[in-house]
Amino acid sequence: MTSIVVISAGLSVPSSTRILADALGAATVEHLSPSAEHLSPSVEHLSPSVELVETTATYDVVELRDLAHLITDNTLTGFPTGALADAVRRVVEADAIIAVSPVYTGSYSGLFKMFVDVLEDGTVEGKPVLIAATAGTARHSLVLEFAMRPLFAYLRADVVPTAVFAASEDFGTGSTVIGGSLSARIDRATRELADKVLRRGTTLPDDPFADPTPFEDLLRDI
Amino acid sequence: MQFGIFTVGDVTPDPTTGRTPTEHERIKATVEIAKKAEEVGLDVVAVGEHHNPPFIASAPTTTLAYIGAQTSRVILSTSTTLITTTDPVLIAENYAKLQHLTDGRVDLMMGRGNTGPVYPWFGKDIREGINLAIENYALLHRLWREDVVDWEGRFRTPLQGFTSTPRPLDGVPPFVWHGSIRSPEIAEQAAYYGDGFFANHIFWPVSHTRRMVDLYRRRFEHYGHGTADQAIVGLGGQAYMAKNSQDAVREFRPYFDNAPVYGHGPSLEDFMRETPLTVGSPQQVIERTLGFREYAGDYQRQLFLMDHAGLPLKTVLEQLDLLGEEVVPVLRREFAATKPAHVPDAPTHESLLAAREPSSVEPEAPSVEPEAPSVELEAPSVELVETTEARS
Repeated sequence: MTSIVVISAGLSVPSSTRILADALGAATVEHLSPSAEHLSPSVEHLSPSVELVETTATYDVVELRDLAHLITDNTLTGFPTGALADAVRRVVEADAIIAVSPVYTGSYSGLFKMFVDVLEDGTVEGKPVLIAATAGTARHSLVLEFAMRPLFAYLRADVVPTAVFAASEDFGTGSTVIGGSLSARIDRATRELADKVLRRGTTLPDDPFADPTPFEDLLRDI
Repeated sequence: MQFGIFTVGDVTPDPTTGRTPTEHERIKATVEIAKKAEEVGLDVVAVGEHHNPPFIASAPTTTLAYIGAQTSRVILSTSTTLITTTDPVLIAENYAKLQHLTDGRVDLMMGRGNTGPVYPWFGKDIREGINLAIENYALLHRLWREDVVDWEGRFRTPLQGFTSTPRPLDGVPPFVWHGSIRSPEIAEQAAYYGDGFFANHIFWPVSHTRRMVDLYRRRFEHYGHGTADQAIVGLGGQAYMAKNSQDAVREFRPYFDNAPVYGHGPSLEDFMRETPLTVGSPQQVIERTLGFREYAGDYQRQLFLMDHAGLPLKTVLEQLDLLGEEVVPVLRREFAATKPAHVPDAPTHESLLAAREPSSVEPEAPSVEPEAPSVELEAPSVELVETTEARS
């Protein structure tokens, strides 16, 4: 079973960030389903994957708003608790990540960065990642390229070339718009993500507790 | 089983009065607290090591020697000794000297330290933290066991024909614990040498401590020092007590809310649920502490953090009365009642000396096994106590 984790950093309820997050998650799952070749490239499913009984992939959303207090606690104490510990574990074990943040003051939101900050080193190293953002206007669209992409480059994630930006107006724009519709961008980006997942296969991180580095090696490698 | 206290030597304002003790007051308080610990029947007093404000924890062997001169029974230990940034030659000399002055009432807990600038202040690189801990301890281990050491490594000037003096008391090196909050490499190191492993326990959730201790026990057995349940485990703990648990919570909350490390973060109640912190009646502390066995196994040393976060000296001394009179006697009885006979106690100078006695009368026949983790990569001998030629 392929597991896609969607990190959604929207702060309002409901949020356009969450709408985009669900759309990206569902589209990725669809591309990963066994009959994906026969499906229409357009994205119809906006509901979670539990309804897609035939798929071998699922996505679930980590809604950072619900974890805001726990994330603050983690930055102070150094360890995640409760629902945050569960969310971190899901990210660690995910086969791919979809990261979606609203644009705040010219960048990803502070809450989004705080969540990324509490992830252990190496958590997303080599993992396929799709980056996406929402904002009130399209003038912020390069946030994905000058803020989000460098962040994941630093984390050594394997980020797909297409980043998905949705301004408010995109939610009311059809396929005839110059530059292509939001759903076309979602389709292209999620295909790229699904392709990376299929090439990489499912992976689980090393567990240094189950499989420690022998002391002889630690001593030799000083 | 040993019970005691450990301190990091923080100088923190009392949040209920706004008053910050002077360095002098805090240093003297550390001594008073240690004397009180012995008076109420505790077994171990451990002091930290820091080289920056707001701590008064530099020069730990000076503090420990002064405490040692005013006590007669309590074991003097560290929480922790910075094996990364302190020259292992100085550690070897200082703690061997302390052993002689206190007639063997010394052991140490090695730690890496988590204050970034301390590394460059002492000419080291924090990115080499694990490597420093491994190489420096490998040298220290030899300095206490071999009369003449030739040595070369990455982090220190080489040694040719060096003898660390004084030699350890009775030729028995101080027992060493390796302390760590979260690094599996340190549990592995402790297991390799057959040394003790001390899980900080108080700053991280129980689920994490369980994994660290499990790893250490499994690897202790792997390296041939005994069965996993014979490994030497110590745990931190943290408590604040009053006869009435509501009073304890009310009194301690301002200290918790403003404490270094976790203050202004999770609520007292959340932190009590996630970590071993117990604020309540002595009975609650007893019950919580007895529960540590469920995930750490039968262990050898329990240290409590009692004097941090700006708690005034008077309060700390009252807490030690409760700990020594109401909590520890019950814990001793209950832990002893369930500990299997094959699980050893924490090593002391006396027990290490006694364990070595049968072979110690052959000074001209030193062990031919490599006792230090030399480049041959042999595990140390199976016994916790290694025979040694170090009789001067």
